[in-house]
Order: sequence, then structure tokens, then C-alpha cells
Amino acid sequence: MMHNLILKVISKFLIPLIMLFALYVQFHGDFGPGGGFQAGVIFSAAFILYTIVFGLDAAKKIIPPGVLKVLASLGVLIYAGTGIAGLILGGNYLEYGVLASNQIAGQHIGILVIELGVGITVASVMMIIFFAFAERGRS
Amino acid sequence: MQFIIDHYNYWLVIILMMAGFYTVISRSNLIKKIAGLSIFQVSVFMLYISIGHVKDGAAPIIESDVTVYSNPLPHVLILTAIVVGVATTALGLALVVRIKEAYGTIEEDDIHKQDQSL
Amino acid sequence: MIESHLSLLIVVIPLIAAPVVAVLPNGRAPWLFSTLVTWSVFYLAILQLANVSTGGVVSYELGGWAPPWGIEYRIDSVNALVALIVSGIAAISLPYALTSVAKEIPEKQTSLFYAAFLLCLTGLLGITQTGDIFNLFVFLEISSLSSYALISLGRQRQALTASYQYLIMGTIGATFFLIGVGLLYAMTGTLNMQDLSQRLPEIFEHRTIHTAFAFIMVGFALKLAMFPLHLWLPNAYTYAPSIVTIFLAATATKVAVYVMIRVIFGVFSLHLIESTPTDELFLLLGMAGVIAASISAIYQTNAKRLFAYSSVAQIGYMVLGIGFGSVLGLTASFVHIFNHAIMKAALFMALGAILYRTGSNQVKDMRGLAHKMPWTFAAFVIGGLSLIGVPGTAGFISKWYLVLAALEQQSWIVVAVILTGSLLAVAYVWKLVEIMYFNSGPNASSKTSSEDIKEAPLSLLLPLWLLVIANIYFGFDTSLTVGIAEPAATMLLGDKP
Repeated sequence: MMHNLILKVISKFLIPLIMLFALYVQFHGDFGPGGGFQAGVIFSAAFILYTIVFGLDAAKKIIPPGVLKVLASLGVLIYAGTGIAGLILGGNYLEYGVLASNQIAGQHIGILVIELGVGITVASVMMIIFFAFAERGRS
Repeated sequence: MQFIIDHYNYWLVIILMMAGFYTVISRSNLIKKIAGLSIFQVSVFMLYISIGHVKDGAAPIIESDVTVYSNPLPHVLILTAIVVGVATTALGLALVVRIKEAYGTIEEDDIHKQDQSL
Repeated sequence: MIESHLSLLIVVIPLIAAPVVAVLPNGRAPWLFSTLVTWSVFYLAILQLANVSTGGVVSYELGGWAPPWGIEYRIDSVNALVALIVSGIAAISLPYALTSVAKEIPEKQTSLFYAAFLLCLTGLLGITQTGDIFNLFVFLEISSLSSYALISLGRQRQALTASYQYLIMGTIGATFFLIGVGLLYAMTGTLNMQDLSQRLPEIFEHRTIHTAFAFIMVGFALKLAMFPLHLWLPNAYTYAPSIVTIFLAATATKVAVYVMIRVIFGVFSLHLIESTPTDELFLLLGMAGVIAASISAIYQTNAKRLFAYSSVAQIGYMVLGIGFGSVLGLTASFVHIFNHAIMKAALFMALGAILYRTGSNQVKDMRGLAHKMPWTFAAFVIGGLSLIGVPGTAGFISKWYLVLAALEQQSWIVVAVILTGSLLAVAYVWKLVEIMYFNSGPNASSKTSSEDIKEAPLSLLLPLWLLVIANIYFGFDTSLTVGIAEPAATMLLGDKP
């Protein structure tokens, strides 16, 4: 692991690009192909690449498993909370139209927030799964 | 003959489905079983996606000069089903890891032998 | 506000609670929170049943999208009753869980355990509420995936293989269901069950519809452990932690039976069943299941496994009810879904209490327990009597309706099978009663010295006796069970005389 200089340099160069692409896919999702599932997986791929190249311990310093667990729950709560917000504003569950003053703006806000929740959960769950498998048999 | 060619997507689905299903039934290696299960699920995803295609239809993104779109709903359904499939595979593999730790093997026959000798 | 969103809140409250519980610190906090959540869901389920019990139908449009385009939650008395069973069993088993989980599950897993439990509850309740057949698949997999995880938490290593086996079988079942739904969608272009039932009659003769029907039926037969596709069930129930066995035995297969009834009579129709040999097949498999599983039960040496086989037999009775395709048959199935849930939950709770004190559920380790754990034993006997179907218990009511349904169609052989099944149930319940009550010799094989064994703690006994009293109560007052099941069955069968 100490001498993989080329791998380290290249992956350091690639990881920000992968993350940027993930964010593009994430926020492009409301009017084109994209969305939280895909973005979350791409985002976690950047972290998994980092883990493979720099090792599990280095990755855990950046994002501890405890934080991942909270993030995974947070994503679901964002999703469900958006639905509840629709309820409170007088619509049905997950009715986006009531989130803003007019129907179209509401739909935009709704899907963006929902997909954000999905993205956070998917990214952190993929990392949790990867960490769980990578950790096994080490101790 | 034309009938076979016209419905090539169904043939592809059936071949994949049977390959996956046969792997699940016939292999005793637990990881191969999970792999077979994934192939089996993917064949169903392909069934859905192929029936969503509309002849000469464009991708379902609104453009001013397009009138015929493919049906996007099966794609959305399958996106959900893929997530379910990923969760199933992850859970299955996690179980295999635990089984390997508990039994020291992932061959079904060996596991049965160990359980019976208890 | 709660009134108009009732059907949704029943699903969403446990869904929101699950991630919250997952991040709570281990210990008592997750239990307390889950208990609060399940009891409030139970309360909402009672409200919901009260709303629709007069025959009304409540429709809820998710996201404000009108059906058949959007997902619809469609509640009639059938779903409301099943939702009540699921949330009720969850609410009663959670007080039991505190003591039982502390003994059987490592403390560092408690918060994740309760999160998985709540997700399983979400899935099962979602199945009952939804009126959209693809949404049903999603909830089915939510409940199944979390139950695989719950089963694998058992203390013995066989729990892992049992869970793996269930995962393979369950996923094949779910994928078969998915194929069927895909074919239906290809033929009709809709996923809403109500809409499907209106569009299907025109194309009933089409071969694709028959294929879809076959795939869906086989898929659910796997999920509900219908004989001969029940092979995953005995292992899964035997090695799962007690509380998981109680919850799954009382709800998971029952919900699958409900879905089968709903899909057969609410989406397809009686016409399709009668034009294909499905009804004969159901009767045949139901009878074979009752006899074969009951005989297997007699020979088991593990008490949990014994009752797992008995569950397969009881599912056979429900399948018989479906096979008759008559109002009486369906009523019997619904009533048995309810009654079997309370009797099996009571029996597995008694076994869980025995496991708590003796550390074993082997039949040979239960010698003389009746004298050391009299209250548990008494509850066990009443639960057993209900399972046999002795008059005065809930089990009698469902058997009675099943026999009536059989007599109505003059199928004497089914009557004979039901009576034989009850006799076999006497045999396996008596086997346990005998060893617990009459066999008071010193407990040589058990590792714990027999002086240590005393009555189960109150926190285990209270939920157990609550269910036992319910078993007796519903043996006399049938207004909740039959009173709702009968009009529900009539409604599902529609215009059939």
C-alpha cells in the first residue's frame, strides 16, 4: 500500500470529479435522467475508491461509521418529513404542490428535497455495506 | 420464425431467467446461489423495461419536436425493484459471511453434515 | 386531520419511527419508543376499523395523484381487520419483548433490532393498506428483508442457514409475483387493483393472464408457506429469537394469506378460479398440508419446531377456505387468520417463557415444568385447546365455519380431513402436556439444575395471559371476528349468489 504512488495521485484527482458528477446527477434529476439512487451510488463509489486505495482506517477517519448510521436515518427522515410537511400544509402525504405558492414550484421543491433524502440514504447505506464487508475478519 | 425474431426480448428474458433459476436450484455453493438469484431478478427487470418500449418512441423527456414517447413507468418501477434486489443481495452475502464464520464453509452439503452431526 | 389521513398514518408512523430507533442508544430507550409507536398504531388501526366496519370504503390518494395513475390506499373492512391483527399482535408482543430480548439478543444490537422490527411492521401494515399491486410488492419486500435480518439474530448458528434458506425462497416467491405483475401490466396498462379488476374480465381468456395468475399464485404460495412450498418455515420459526417467532408466526403468513385472497377475489375473480383447476388444486393442497404437516408435528423433538409444523397445517385450513370460493369458506379463512394469530402468538409466548427460564425448547427438557411454571403451563394448555378447536375457544369458531363451508358443498372428505387434523392436533398438544404435567421425574438431561426454574416473570406472563383471555373471549363473542369477516367475504365475492 505504501508505494502505489500512481494510484494515489490518480485517485486523488478522480475522486472530486466523481463527487461532482454525483452532485450533477443528483440535482439534474428533476428535469432529466438522474436522481437520488444513481447519485448516491456514484457518490459512495468515490468513497469506496478512496477506501480501496488509502485503506479502511483512513476512510473511517474521514467519515466514522457512527456518522454514516445517522446520515442513513436522516435521509429517510428527510423523505418521510417532506411527506409529513405536505400533510401539515393541507395536502395529502407526499403532495408536493402545497409546498410552495404555486403547483409547479412546489413540484420542483418537493422532488429536489425527496431526492436529496434518497441520495443521502443511498450513499451512506452503500458505504455502510462496503465497510461492513471490508471490516469482516480483520480483528 | 418471424414470431421468434419479433419477440426476441422475451426469449432473452426466458433464457436469463432459466439460467439464473437453475443456478439457484442446482449449485450448493451459497455465493453462486446468490449470483443465480441476482441473474433471475435481472431477467425480470429486463422483461419490464422491454415492455415499456414504444415503437419509434423517444426517451421520455419532453422535447418540442417529439410526439411519441416510451413508457417511463416500467423504468421507475424497476428502479425500485433494483433497489430491492441490491438490498436482497447485500443481505444474502452478509448472511453468507456469517455462515462462513460459523461453519467454516459455504458449501451447502458440508453445512448440512455439520448440523446433523450435532 | 388525523381522521382523514388515518390509512396513511398507520404505515408512515412506524416507517418514520424505524430510522429514529436505529440511532437511539442501545438499552431501554429503543424499546420504550417502539412500544409507544406500536400502541399508537394499534389505536389508529382500531379507529380505522370502526370507520369502515359498516361497509364503507376509504380511499387515500398518495401525493394527491388520483388513481389509477397514483398510488391509492384503499381500505375496506378486510384490510382494516388484517391491519388490526398485525398492529394488535405487535402491540401485545412488544411489552413481552423487553425481558425476552434482553435475554436473547446482544445488548449492542438492541436499537437495530427494534428498527428492523418496526420496518417489518411497516411492511406488513403497508401490504394491508395499499390498493396498488406494485406498491404491494415493495411493502412485501420491506417486510421480508427485515424478517430475514430478524431471524438471523437467533442464538444458534442454524439461525443463519434458516434465514439464508428463507431469503432464497422468499426472493424467488417475490420475483415470481413481480413477473406476474409485469405480465398484468403489459396486458392492461394499470397497476391499481380496483382498475385491474375492471379491465381484466374482457381479456380473461388470454393466455398471458393465465400465466400471470399462475406466477402470482406460486409466488404467494412460497411466501405463505403453503404445502408443499413450506420448507423454509419450520427452520425459520425454530431458530429465530422467541419474540421474532411470536411476531412472524402470528402476522407474516397471515398477511400473505390475506394478499392471496385479495388478489384472487379482488383482482382476478371467482370466474377465473372456476374456469381453471385452481379451486380443486387449493382444496387438494390444503388437505395435504393439514394432514402431512400435522403428522410431521407429532414427530418433532423441538417444541418450537412442532408448532412451526402446526402453523403449516393451520395455513392448510385457510387455503381450504379459499378453495371453497364461497362466502362461508372465505369467512372461515378470515376468522381463522384472526384466531390463529392470537392462538399461535399465545403458544409461542408460552414457549418463549419456558426458553427464558430453562434455556431450551427441546421437548425432553420440558419434563415436569407444569409444577414449576403453573401459570405458563395453564396458558399453554388453553392455547393448545384453542389450536385443537375445543368449543369455548377461538379455534372452535374458525373450525366450525370451515366445516359449515365444507358441508354446504357436501365435500365429506374435507370434513373428514378437518376432523382428522384436529385429532392430530390433540396428539401433538397432548405430547407436550403429558411431558410437562405427568412426567415429573428429575430433570437429568437439562444443564440448569431444576431448582433454579421458577415461574416466568410478570412481564412475560401478562402479555401471554392477555392473549389467552382473548382466545377464550373470541370463542364466545364473535361479533368482531365473524361479524366483520362475513360481510367482508360477501363483498369480495361480489355479485356471486
